[in-house]
Amino acid sequence: MTDTAATPAKSGIRISGAFHRLLAFSGLIALVVVFSLASPNFMQTQNVLAILQATSVNGVLAIAATLVIITGGIDLSVGTLMTFCAVITGVVLTYLGLPLPLGVLASILAGMGCGLVSGVVIAKLKVPPFIATLGMMLILKGLSLVISGTRPIYFNDTPGFDQIARGSLVEAVLPAVPLPNGVLILFAVAIFAAFVLSKTALGRYTFALGSNEEAVRLSGVNVDRWKIAVYALAGSICGVAGLLIASRLNSAQPALGQGYELDAIAAVVIGGTSLSGGRGTVLGTLIGALIISVLANGLRILSVAQEWQTVVTGSIIILAVYADILRRRTL
Amino acid sequence: MASIPLVDMVGIDKSFPGVRALSQARFELKAGEVHALMGENGAGKSTLMKILSGVYSRDAGEVRLNGQPVEITSPRQAQDMGIGIIHQELALMRDLTAAQNIFIGREPRRFGLLDEGALNRAAQAIFDSMNLRLSPTVLVESLTIAKQQMVEIAKALSYRSRVLIMDEPTAALNDAEIAELFTIINRLKAEGVGIVYISHKMDEIKRISDRVTVMRDGEYVGTVPAADTPIETIISMMVGRTLTNEVLDIPNTAANPVALEVRNLNRGRDIRDVSLMVRKGEILGLAGLMGAGRTEVARAIFGADPRDSGEIWVNGKRVGISSPKDAVRSGIGYLSEDRKHFGLATGLDVRNNIALASLKRFTGPGGVLDDRAMHEVAEKYIRQLTIKTPSDTQEARLLSGGNQQKVVIAKWLLRDCDILIFDEPTRGIDVGAKAEIYKLLNALAEQGRAIIVISSELPEILRLSHRIAVMCEGRLTGTLPGGSSQEEIMRLATQREAAMEVRHAG
Repeated sequence: MTDTAATPAKSGIRISGAFHRLLAFSGLIALVVVFSLASPNFMQTQNVLAILQATSVNGVLAIAATLVIITGGIDLSVGTLMTFCAVITGVVLTYLGLPLPLGVLASILAGMGCGLVSGVVIAKLKVPPFIATLGMMLILKGLSLVISGTRPIYFNDTPGFDQIARGSLVEAVLPAVPLPNGVLILFAVAIFAAFVLSKTALGRYTFALGSNEEAVRLSGVNVDRWKIAVYALAGSICGVAGLLIASRLNSAQPALGQGYELDAIAAVVIGGTSLSGGRGTVLGTLIGALIISVLANGLRILSVAQEWQTVVTGSIIILAVYADILRRRTL
Repeated sequence: MASIPLVDMVGIDKSFPGVRALSQARFELKAGEVHALMGENGAGKSTLMKILSGVYSRDAGEVRLNGQPVEITSPRQAQDMGIGIIHQELALMRDLTAAQNIFIGREPRRFGLLDEGALNRAAQAIFDSMNLRLSPTVLVESLTIAKQQMVEIAKALSYRSRVLIMDEPTAALNDAEIAELFTIINRLKAEGVGIVYISHKMDEIKRISDRVTVMRDGEYVGTVPAADTPIETIISMMVGRTLTNEVLDIPNTAANPVALEVRNLNRGRDIRDVSLMVRKGEILGLAGLMGAGRTEVARAIFGADPRDSGEIWVNGKRVGISSPKDAVRSGIGYLSEDRKHFGLATGLDVRNNIALASLKRFTGPGGVLDDRAMHEVAEKYIRQLTIKTPSDTQEARLLSGGNQQKVVIAKWLLRDCDILIFDEPTRGIDVGAKAEIYKLLNALAEQGRAIIVISSELPEILRLSHRIAVMCEGRLTGTLPGGSSQEEIMRLATQREAAMEVRHAG
């Protein structure tokens, strides 16, 4: 008898799905408008670039978290993994004195390796993702401190390393737009992740796992392998974030990292990705990450105390999820 | 019988921790036949078929495909051998499209990337061959259960399966959809596909299958031709005893006080001016076709859905019910058709499930629960309702469907609900346990409780009801005395609006 009652209009879902993305986007626009009206400094080129630069690290981490969250999992280790990768890069470039490309490679491989380990622990040992990555978060935090001897590793001996994030290829072509490379890298990672999600088998299984893992298993798909692959990919992306932050600071700061995972997850959630898995977009996550940095930047310009910024961010997370619940209720 | 069977399973054993699921089970399937596999819940049908489809591995025995012994170790391998299964619990990914679901794990690729165009064309071709009007790009979550079932079938067909296992495929389908399904089954049969058909529904088995194999307690009981074997024989094979068709004994309740009365209930197009009443000690059957509005009426009475207008009277007093809490306070209990979702906390044990709606009663000073009192009460109901469970600390999800239903009943009895609305009380419950539920409902009525039973199965309505209210398209089309014929009920159940107007005019 529920048969007829449970027949929603197909178009209704599409519209309300797009509606949510629109909601996050219009939220971002509204914030920009409000801050521009409140302060003339907000829309200055320098400030806009600063916002984008500030988004780059969190944005990349949030994209990594998005992949994992779509599978119905969670990755609490993205922040300390980023730091770990930065430290590994420091070891390769500064301690061992190897050339720059090897440092880049080492960072990404270190990320992939750690993601692989998390993935194996989750898929093969059946440890819940929350616990597995919580453990990984603490392990990597400790390892970073051990390897670096609790001291920052500087990249002064590797000329050009700071240009990875701070230089501007765009400026070389368009002198009026000094867009930092870090932002370009964020966009590149976003396009890559969006491509993987929509065009590759890995992307298809990412959504399928979050939607109904048992069904995927019963369809004869090697569920464990694909799940491990998703965590490994997310880890590699954290490696990119490690390069970004090390380049921006021109050093690997081993004590940094914890807390970044929460900002990343916040961006994912604000961007409309469901924590229960099965749905989510990279574009939404980008918007979510931008909302967080615009808020931080705008409130700072308006001289709102930093303590209040986190209060606002927290409220926005709850509102964003509530909006999602409202949307589901209309189904 | 000279030909080699398509599938031949012999001497199959399978144990799970603490349970012997299969013991020397066997099954044979020929090409081009529909072979029904029957048995009570827990008889081992699904387990046997999960072994055939590579979901479980067997402990002992042999599986032969076209006479060749085979080892089937994964669902993928089973698919490669041409064995497809449609699981009872739909195994679909809700956030993916129909086409993406059908080809999960086998996506067409181009240059290593997914080829959505080819994917959708391939799915469309399967839908066309099924005569199914469905867009390949529609999200599965937006489909009705019936349509989702069709997607599952399309998925099984896409493997070009030689063996197709259907585990209760019609559980959620209406008559038209069942007819559609049977057309597809007949076509597959003509193409030489062997079909295993697991179902509880006797009439379907008679209509569609060639042979019937019956299992009981994990063992093989026998195989009989479907057409020439009386239903009673099959049922007695299933339960291990002959069921006597009990004659309905309708008590005279005309003098009893009215327990529940509903006047002029309305909600949108779903419920239109429905008035009904049930007396103490009476069982009122609420009959109708799918979508007639029976569940909607029950939910509106229970306060689970809002109503536009209408009055509810309990024991002669008008009561305001705007939420289930209000209904329970008035002594109305509703047992949903979907026990797992709404009636039972499957992760909790039997004791806590029974006490769940009455925790206040067991709360001592300082908010501490009195576990001993809860235990005693649970034990009382386990005895009284003969709930089969090792102890009251058994998790509810581990009980059979019939015993889960009894736990829900116990919960409402403990809450002092004297008006009980049962929505499809025996859905998914096997034949033997059905009879027990019927006996229980009769006993509850004898104790003076007022009972409304909603059922899509006419024999069930006829077996239970002292009076029968029939609905069609949201309105009550008539009330019949108990013991009326199926034809009379069907006449009212199909009495559409236009016909009503003619009758009123005349």
